Amino acid sequence: MRRSSVVLLACLALLGVSSTIEGAGKAMSVQVKQGQVRATPSFLGKVLVTLAYGDRVETLEEKDGWIRIVPPGNKAPGWMHSSALSQKRIVLKAGTKEADVAASTGELALAGKGFNADVEAAFKAGNRGIDFTWIDRMQNMNVPPGRILAFVQEGKLIPAEGGGR
Amino acid sequence: MTRIRWTAAAALLLSAILGGAGCATLEEAAKMGTSVAQSQGIVTGEQAKSITKVTKAVAKTFEDITPEQEHYIGRSVGAVLVNKYKPYPNGPGNDYLNLLGQTLAQASDRPETFGGYHFLILDSPEINAFAAPGGLIFVSRGMLRCCRSEDAVAAVLAHEIAHIQLRHGLQAIDKSRVTEAMTTLGAEGAKSYGGRKLADLTKVFEGSISDVTSTLVNNGYSRSFEREADAAAVTILTRVGYGPDGLVAMLTEMEKKLKPGGLDFAKTHPSPRSRIDDIERHRAGGKALAEVPARQARFRKGLGNI
Repeated sequence: MRRSSVVLLACLALLGVSSTIEGAGKAMSVQVKQGQVRATPSFLGKVLVTLAYGDRVETLEEKDGWIRIVPPGNKAPGWMHSSALSQKRIVLKAGTKEADVAASTGELALAGKGFNADVEAAFKAGNRGIDFTWIDRMQNMNVPPGRILAFVQEGKLIPAEGGGR
Repeated sequence: MTRIRWTAAAALLLSAILGGAGCATLEEAAKMGTSVAQSQGIVTGEQAKSITKVTKAVAKTFEDITPEQEHYIGRSVGAVLVNKYKPYPNGPGNDYLNLLGQTLAQASDRPETFGGYHFLILDSPEINAFAAPGGLIFVSRGMLRCCRSEDAVAAVLAHEIAHIQLRHGLQAIDKSRVTEAMTTLGAEGAKSYGGRKLADLTKVFEGSISDVTSTLVNNGYSRSFEREADAAAVTILTRVGYGPDGLVAMLTEMEKKLKPGGLDFAKTHPSPRSRIDDIERHRAGGKALAEVPARQARFRKGLGNI
């Protein structure tokens, strides 16, 4: 009996992890380099606008891992995948009042804090034998959404309607 | 409840939570799980507080690495790997790998990372595949030669995407380094650091890169991380429409090709046979899928001469 309670407890804990519900009307930050806002909750959805790292959005609703948001400047709402958003406020400039508050609360993340382009440059300077050319090339290997859809259809695969989860 | 039982419950709770550590709300989950436990009378209020505190300390480690920092860690880890194994600059092959890989990544629980998912073939006969934190994935020619179909390549890529989704690479970083980095920085950070601070931080960075690469290349992840990655890979493959047979077929081929004592997957991964057994145990008796001619044609075109 007790043993089954422990198993139940473990299962509940797992459930807790996977069911993060974002309340509506909450502000979130874009935590990726380029955050695409789409017309529908799917990677097949038309891109309405692309947001920058650190941009704040207001949440409206959540559906299968996608969050409907209002972009900055009160632009037309659209959908972003939850993995592109953070509950933390991302502050782009240090030394501001906002950044000072970051200290105690832990609710803020400073963009460029810690391991950043400067640290990478210092790492490169100390390890001249390590070439980053192919890493830069890799990061430019992007596949347009149209090609993914064609690839999926041709291979009789399942289009990522919901995407993500 | 005795102290031992409570410790076991706490350990289980923690491991259950850590098992799903790809999620952002580790602490919240712990709170939720703990309050359930409390209401069930499994733990007392004091014990519940203590569990939350322990989890908070864990969360202070790799969870504190932002996607932006993960991106920079991954770039350097990737650079070390590309310099060790050399890239295979084959246009059609790399294009096919990126098309397939990005299709799979979109179906994962973490489709978006700071810099996105990107794939590169390594010019090595060893049987190897690596996932650098943040989304840079490398697959050796030796590994691709174990694949006889698109479904099999998809299985290899889905397994690597799963390591990124579950942030296994970041967890290879010595926890004291992360703490050290946080201490060096203090709470307030600067966009650009002065000499001394930058030097300290770069030292921690170098150490972190070395932790991750030595885990990827020499030591391998724990058995449980590999099992988790295989399970998440099966989920991704199913969502996209590939049968888990691809993974089993690839592992069967790998089993034939792996040389005992080799410095590749023979060293860093559980044996293909035991991975097949784990996968078979968890699948719900799905039947073999018929070969799709279009998939086989484009697989041959992209990787036929690998």
